[in-house]
Amino acid sequence: MTQTVKFYQTGTLTVGNRLLDSDKRTVQASRNRSNALTCGHRACQGCGEALGARYAIDAAMRAANRDLVCVNATGCLEVFTTPYPETSWQVAWLHSLFGNAAAVASGVAAAMRVKGKATRVIAQGGDGGTTDIGFGCLSGMFERNDDVLYICYDNEAYMNTGVQRSSATPPAARTATTPAVGAAPGNVFGTGKNLPRIAMAHGIPYVATATVADLHDLEAKVTRAMGLHGARYIHILVPCPLGWGAASHDTIRLSRLAVESGLFPLFEAEHGEVTATTPIRRRVPVAEYLKPQKRFAHLFRPDAPGAQEALDRLQAMADANIRRFNLLSAEEAVR
Amino acid sequence: MLKQIEGSRAMAEAIALCRPEVICAYPITPQTHIVEGLGELVRDGHLTGCEFINVESEFAALSVAIGASAAGARSYTATASQGLLFMMEAVYNASGLGLPIVMTLGNRAIGAPINIWNDHSDAMSVRDAGWIMLFAETNQEAVDLHIQAFRLAEELSCPVMVNVDGFILTHAVERVDVPDQARVDAYLPPFDPVQVLDPAEPLSMGAMVGPDAFMEVRYLAHHKQMRALERIPELAAEFRAVFGRESGGLVRPYRIDGADTVVVAMGSVMGTVKDTVDALRDAGHAVGALNLCAFRPFPLDDVREALLGARRVVVLEKALAVGMGGILASHVRMALRGFGNRVYTLIAGLGGRPITGDSLADFLRKVEREPHYDVHFLDLKSDVVEAEIARMERTRRAGPIAENVLRRVGAGRAS
Repeated sequence: MTQTVKFYQTGTLTVGNRLLDSDKRTVQASRNRSNALTCGHRACQGCGEALGARYAIDAAMRAANRDLVCVNATGCLEVFTTPYPETSWQVAWLHSLFGNAAAVASGVAAAMRVKGKATRVIAQGGDGGTTDIGFGCLSGMFERNDDVLYICYDNEAYMNTGVQRSSATPPAARTATTPAVGAAPGNVFGTGKNLPRIAMAHGIPYVATATVADLHDLEAKVTRAMGLHGARYIHILVPCPLGWGAASHDTIRLSRLAVESGLFPLFEAEHGEVTATTPIRRRVPVAEYLKPQKRFAHLFRPDAPGAQEALDRLQAMADANIRRFNLLSAEEAVR
Repeated sequence: MLKQIEGSRAMAEAIALCRPEVICAYPITPQTHIVEGLGELVRDGHLTGCEFINVESEFAALSVAIGASAAGARSYTATASQGLLFMMEAVYNASGLGLPIVMTLGNRAIGAPINIWNDHSDAMSVRDAGWIMLFAETNQEAVDLHIQAFRLAEELSCPVMVNVDGFILTHAVERVDVPDQARVDAYLPPFDPVQVLDPAEPLSMGAMVGPDAFMEVRYLAHHKQMRALERIPELAAEFRAVFGRESGGLVRPYRIDGADTVVVAMGSVMGTVKDTVDALRDAGHAVGALNLCAFRPFPLDDVREALLGARRVVVLEKALAVGMGGILASHVRMALRGFGNRVYTLIAGLGGRPITGDSLADFLRKVEREPHYDVHFLDLKSDVVEAEIARMERTRRAGPIAENVLRRVGAGRAS
C-alpha cells in the first residue's frame, strides 16, 4: 500500500511519526526501543554523535532481536559513555583501543561463528578512529568480508582530544592543528579521504551514508545493513557543537544543510555499486551550511584573504557530489 | 607419540590439541611455520571448531584475539620481534582487560639494523606488559609449555606468552613427544571465562578508569602474577602426573650443589650451558647452572634460594638494556639484594651470534681469577668496535654505523 503523505514537520521535509502507520514509525518512537545508549552519559549538549549512536544501535538492536555485541573505538563516544564505574550502554559492549575496533569486532564475530551463535556484531568509532588510526584494521575487516557492521560517526575532527584535524576534516575548516591564520586559513584543500567510496572499492555487501537529521533514513539504512551478512559500513555525519563552533540547537539543522548543500551526499551502495541516492529537494548554497559554524568564520570576514576562492572551491566540491550521485530531484531541477 | 619433527610443527600440533577456537595469523620470521602448521591442521580437518583468520598486521592479530577472547573463545596467536612491537598497544590491552590469550613469541632481535636471528630483545621489551612469560629450553618443553599455558592463562584470566628461541627451536628438527588428545583433554578443561560479552547479560568491558581506581586495577594485575608464582609449579607437577615428564615450573637448577659459580640463563642456550658446566666440573671447577622457565612472574624467592650458596653468579642474557647493561642480571641482583654474591652480566648471542661452549668456559674460568666487573659482551669483536669509535671521532659525517661495521667485518674476513 502506498500512502501519500503531504504533512511534513514544519520546515523539515520530514514526516511526523503520528502521520504514519505504526509499522512505519521510527524505532525511536517505539516504547519498546532498547535505549542501548541510555541517559546519564557525559556528552555535550547537542552532541550529534550521541544521537547518531543511539539511533543506530537502537535500530540495530531491534533488527538483531537484541542479540548484539558492540565494539567501540577510543574517542568521545567511548569516553562520555563509560566513565568508570558507570556505563550508559544497555548492550554488551567492549572498548579495546583507538585503532583496532574493526579487528576486535572481527574477533567477536569469529567467536560467535565458532560457537554457533547468531549474535550480531557492530564496531563503531569516530572519524579519527575510522579514517586515520583504525584504517588498517578497517580495511582488513572489509577485505576479509568479516560479518561486522562498522559505523563511523563522523564529526570531522579529533574532538575528544580538543578538535585536531583528521583526514575527514573538510577543507578550510579551522581546527586546533589547522588554525585560521595565514594566507590559506584552516585545513588545506586537496587532502582527506572519502571513506564511504573507499569502503565501496572493497566491494563489500553494503555501504551507506546517513545523518542525524533524517531519522527514518538512518534507521532504514541500519536495518538494511543488519539484514545482510558480511562486512558492511555506514558513515553517519554527526555535527559537533564544540568542535564546529555551532549552537547546540543547530545540530539537526546543520546535518540537513550538509545534505542539501551537496557537501554530504546520501547514498547506498552494494558490492561496490551505488544502488540508491537521496535527492536534494531544496538545494542551498554551501555558504548557508558553512556560515553558522565558527570553524568556517574566516570565510565570511570582509576582506579575508582567499575567502571567496575557498568558498568557490567548497561550492565546486558540492557541485561535483551532486553531479556524481545525480542528487537533484526533478522538483529541484525545474526550479 | 615420539616424532622426529620440526619444533614449529610440534608446537602447532600441541596447540591444536589444546582446541583453540580462534587463531589469528600474520607472518613474521621465525614464527611462520607455527601458524602455517596450524592453518594446515584446520584446513585438513584435524582441528575442528576453530576459526583460522589471516589478518593484515600483528596489531590486528592480537586485536582479533582480544575480541574473540572477550566473546568467550579460546584464542591464540604467534609473533616475533618487530611484530611484537607493532602489536605493543594491544599487548598491554590484552593483559589490562584480563583476557587469557596464549601467544607464542619466536624470539628474535629487534632492528635497526634489521636482523631475523635469535635473541631475547623482543621478549624483554614487553616484560612489564602484564603477561605471564615462560621460556622453553627445548622443543619438548615448548610443546609442553603451550599446554600448560592455556591452563594457566584461563585459570588466572591473564594472557601467557610462550617464548621459544627463533630458529634454534622453531626450525630445529628433533625428537619430540607430541601428546595424545585424551591426555591433553584430561589436563586442560574447556575454557570457562570469568568475563564474557553476552547479549543476554550485557556488560561494558574496557571502561575508562580514573585516578580513583586505576592503582587498584594495576595492583590486582600484580596480584594475579603473584598467584601465578604459586600456580606455575603446581601446574607443572600436575603436568608430570598426567604426561609423565618434567616441564615448566619456575626455575630448574643443574649441578648447583656446592657450586661456587652458577650460570643463570633462559631458553635454549641452557643446552650449551649444561654441556659447559659438565666439562668444567670434569676439570675440577665448582660450576653449576640455573634455568629460569618463568620470567614473569619473576620467581625472586626461588632464584635467591638457588643462588645463595654461590660466590659468583654469571647471568648469561640475550638482551641488552642499552645505556644500562643487563636486564635479567638486574632481576637476579634484586633477588640477591642484601647478600654478598658477585653478579656478573654476560651479554651474549645478540642478533643470533653463536654462544659457544668454549667462549663461555673461558669466561667462567676468568671470573674465578679476576676481580669483579659488571658487564661483559661475550665474543664482542673489540677491534671492530674500537676502530669504528675512532673513525667516528675523526669524521663528522661518519655515515651509517651498521654498514660501516659490516664493511669492516667483511674486510677483516677477506684479509
